[in-house]
Amino acid sequence: MELVSSLAIGIVFGAGIWLLLRPRSFQVLTGLMLMSYAVNLFIFIMGRVWLDEPPLTPAGTVPDPRILADPLPQALVLTAIVIGFATTALYLVVMIGARGLTGTDHVDGEEPEV
Amino acid sequence: MRPEHLAQHLVILPILLPLLVGAVLVPLTQGRHQFKFALSYASVVGLLVTACALMMNADGGAWPDGIGVYLAANWAAPFGIALVADRLSALMLLLTAVLALASLHFAMQRWSRIGVHFHSLFQFLLMGINGAFLTHDLFNLFVFFEVMLAASYGLVLHGYNAERLRASMQYIAVNLAAALMFLIGTALIYATTGTLNMADLAVRIAAMGPDQVALLKVGVAVLALAFLAKGAMWPLGFWLPTTYAAASPPVAAMLVLMTKVGAYVILRLWLLLFGEQAGLAAGFGYDALVWGGMATIVFGAAGMLSTDTAGRMAGYSAIVSSGTLLAVIGYGQPSLVTAGLYYLIGSTLAVAAFLLLIELIDRIRTPGAAMLALTMEAWAVEDTPEEPRGKGVPAVMAFLSLAFVACALMIAGLPPLSGFVAKFGMFHALLNPEPGSGAIGATGFTLIALVIVSGLIAIISMLRFGVRTFWAAEIVTPPRLQLSEVAPITALLLLSLAMTVQARPLFDYLGRASADLHDAGKYARRVLQQPPVPGPATQGETP
Repeated sequence: MELVSSLAIGIVFGAGIWLLLRPRSFQVLTGLMLMSYAVNLFIFIMGRVWLDEPPLTPAGTVPDPRILADPLPQALVLTAIVIGFATTALYLVVMIGARGLTGTDHVDGEEPEV
Repeated sequence: MRPEHLAQHLVILPILLPLLVGAVLVPLTQGRHQFKFALSYASVVGLLVTACALMMNADGGAWPDGIGVYLAANWAAPFGIALVADRLSALMLLLTAVLALASLHFAMQRWSRIGVHFHSLFQFLLMGINGAFLTHDLFNLFVFFEVMLAASYGLVLHGYNAERLRASMQYIAVNLAAALMFLIGTALIYATTGTLNMADLAVRIAAMGPDQVALLKVGVAVLALAFLAKGAMWPLGFWLPTTYAAASPPVAAMLVLMTKVGAYVILRLWLLLFGEQAGLAAGFGYDALVWGGMATIVFGAAGMLSTDTAGRMAGYSAIVSSGTLLAVIGYGQPSLVTAGLYYLIGSTLAVAAFLLLIELIDRIRTPGAAMLALTMEAWAVEDTPEEPRGKGVPAVMAFLSLAFVACALMIAGLPPLSGFVAKFGMFHALLNPEPGSGAIGATGFTLIALVIVSGLIAIISMLRFGVRTFWAAEIVTPPRLQLSEVAPITALLLLSLAMTVQARPLFDYLGRASADLHDAGKYARRVLQQPPVPGPATQGETP
């Protein structure tokens, strides 16, 4: 389980970095999205791998940390997803604006001279 | 609610006030721009007053140890989010409010009207910056960073044109990537320590074993990348000159402050986590900060020499000041940090004033400023009567050139303005190491040499720009200036003069702030032992 998740995160993040370094703005955006998916998974896994354990304490009992998943990384992931989503959407708008105003989808706003 | 109950909420006011005002401003249409401006202005004045009150509380003994702790939602410290106001954060809040007031005043006639939602974004930016100064929780810091960045994306785009759009594309991409680094770092720190509260982190780091410390160092290093990208350390700061040159002047002036947020967080986090009391992790990363800072100074100075556009020059001078600060922090000597803080305030004021001034100077270089006049007509800005055009030096030119000289002196660090006092203080601290820490080494001398050389380069490039603009231009038509544009620049420069005259009390205050920062144990005590406010139910039970 640990190996599979770390490999998955690594591959997604690596693909994201590669796309981030590409010259077209849509590739950059896709790269950022992939990277943020990988980071969200990473935060989640950093709360340790728990199987079938609830992150909530049953009412009226003293919680036992050994049988409960850590709820904090899950809360962090939620926040990170929301913020990442919003900023990516904003980047998309800027990207479309740049495409309309400069007439190219190159990140420099102009086609490189060949 | 009794007044003393309200007073304890003072710490959260710098976050709440701009949030509420910004939200109220969103539905108002641009047709009521005067009302919007007035509301926004009132909020900034409120922030100024709050910052002064916080500063008096921190320095006047109203709080134990000069540290005010606010437990958000009344959760005890390591579990909930704590906001902490101490001497340094109160000072940074004051600096933010002063700069915001100057920028907003500058934007009154024109810049706040050439697009929608300028004021809302401006307030949200203030909320993010203030939050970053106050919060004592790493993940909360991330949230405030994102609030600040999201608002700044909108503001950089303000006055939408192709140049700003191009600059924004890069600015946003770099900062989104940096935000991901922030998250990775935070997750790693949580995984190793199990806490995100900074004071709690400081306590736990001291008791850590070697295995955990290794992973923690990785986490903090990744986290630091995010701040250093914000603080424009070489090689993470290539986005900065383009963005500064492209942004509209009032926004660029606020961006100057945002680079200082990066330096502030590094200062706070490093001294708290990796000070002398940090056990195995003590002293981590200081060398990287010193040498990285010095590389940044070299990069910034080279950039200043290489460019002849004023906007980029201001950007590079912000990089130089950022580099100087990082090197000062990394050098790890309390008295040097004191001088560094003085330098931070002075250079922020100077670069911000310079960025505001550039736009006015540009009106000389592009006679008539056709595009600007058009915008002014489109938005029905009341023109001032035309300036008299006599022979000799018109008052407008005299103001522009004198203000330019003052900015140049401050940025280069020549007497008699605050830049000189700051550099003198740094050299004094470097040449007089504290007893027991040994003589000044090669690193110290390199730093001194770099600061001197970068000052020389700054004065060369500013001179070149000044000569070309004021003396060598063929036809100089004195531009029309509004009082609302002249006043904030004058105020910023006068403030810098006041800093020079009142250097002694300011240095004393900064010395106390620096002493606070170097005592990590005090923060841990104050933050972790702050009791929650007893609720009405418990008050009834306990006599």
